[in-house]
Amino acid sequence: MTSHAQRNLLHAYIDDELDLVRSMELEDHLAECADCAEQVASFRALRAAMAPALRYAAEDGFRARLMQQLQQAERPPVRESKTRSLPWWNWAAAAACLLIAIGGLLLYSANRHDQTFARELVADHVRSLMATHLTDVLTSDQHTVKPWFTGKLDFSPRVRDLSADDFELIGGRLDYVDGHSAAAIVYQRRKHVINLFTWPAKSGDESPHVTAQQGFNLIEWTQDGMYYCAVSDLNQQELKEFVELVRR
Amino acid sequence: METGANSREKLARFERLVLPHLDSAYNLARWMTRNPTDAEDVAQEALLRAFRFFDGFRGEDGRVWLLAIVRNTYLTWIRRQSAQQNSTEFDEHLHTDLELSLTPESDVLRRATVEQVRSAIQALPPEYREVILMRELEQMSYKEIAAATESPLGTVMSRLSRGRSMLRQLIASERRTEVKQP
Repeated sequence: MTSHAQRNLLHAYIDDELDLVRSMELEDHLAECADCAEQVASFRALRAAMAPALRYAAEDGFRARLMQQLQQAERPPVRESKTRSLPWWNWAAAAACLLIAIGGLLLYSANRHDQTFARELVADHVRSLMATHLTDVLTSDQHTVKPWFTGKLDFSPRVRDLSADDFELIGGRLDYVDGHSAAAIVYQRRKHVINLFTWPAKSGDESPHVTAQQGFNLIEWTQDGMYYCAVSDLNQQELKEFVELVRR
Repeated sequence: METGANSREKLARFERLVLPHLDSAYNLARWMTRNPTDAEDVAQEALLRAFRFFDGFRGEDGRVWLLAIVRNTYLTWIRRQSAQQNSTEFDEHLHTDLELSLTPESDVLRRATVEQVRSAIQALPPEYREVILMRELEQMSYKEIAAATESPLGTVMSRLSRGRSMLRQLIASERRTEVKQP
């Protein structure tokens, strides 16, 4: 190799990407050419300077949070209930009799619980509108809202950007509903604020259930191991549209 | 149909083949986003995506496969970011001039501090930053870098060459400003 080595070839040499013959040719050239030799020395010095500067360590909890998320992703909630239902057949008949007996008793109290629960969600929604406590984190960026929750809850709520469909993401807030820590993700359409409450739930109805309480509309459902309830003074039709987008 | 046992097996396989490269994924995300919060977000999103696509993983190099996903996740993320705000664009002109100036002496480079080196790397345009990272931190071969960045070998080579030249000049100019401002 008598001509000036190509610049790229110098790098391939430094990176050990040249075969034996080419490396030897290049070394011959470096012995004669001070200019190329200086380049190689300088790039090697650069490598040495970079070595201690390159590695960053993630925050302590990062791996644990990630594992938790993966385990949630791994659990296919719909299918799981199917596989679990098989052994139930054996004692399903007996259980059915028992259930009918208890059912009547429970129905009454469950209804009352639903009522108080809905009232509590509406109260939370109203409180969030009155106080200056609509959001703890104020941003239209879903990638800010989600990690913000991550450090504060033992679950990580899904946060969607629905701005393309005219539901603007306002931010997120921590809440406490019915004995749970809850994430409230706040959206807005025109002047109407929507609080989307969510927390982990093992079971529940997957199809959305619409109710009205004190002039507010509520739509609740369970999806992928999470309970959701959207509360707003927005009309039922548009709130349904919102829920469909969230569920997608 | 995927049963509970199968999906647990999938997670176990994922833990064995992909999760050992979590640190590499985080570091690439960290250097590309240039801050720890976004890095965690991008790395996490990439890992979840990798898990979702894991059925398509055919036993090739887990690190190359994962880093390609981190890179794509970053590209999606940065597109969304720049749609929201004007990101600071790389000053091509300035750095082209830099490249034309003299080769800094090896001593200057050797005396550079970790902070100076880091801020110089962060000033590189992303397409140079990623190949430098994969080469210098991950010690990946040109072939592996080409696979992870979905670009031809020639492009990898010229980006490494140009990236290092820019970096050298950036570090040297930082050292010079430091000397001027005692």
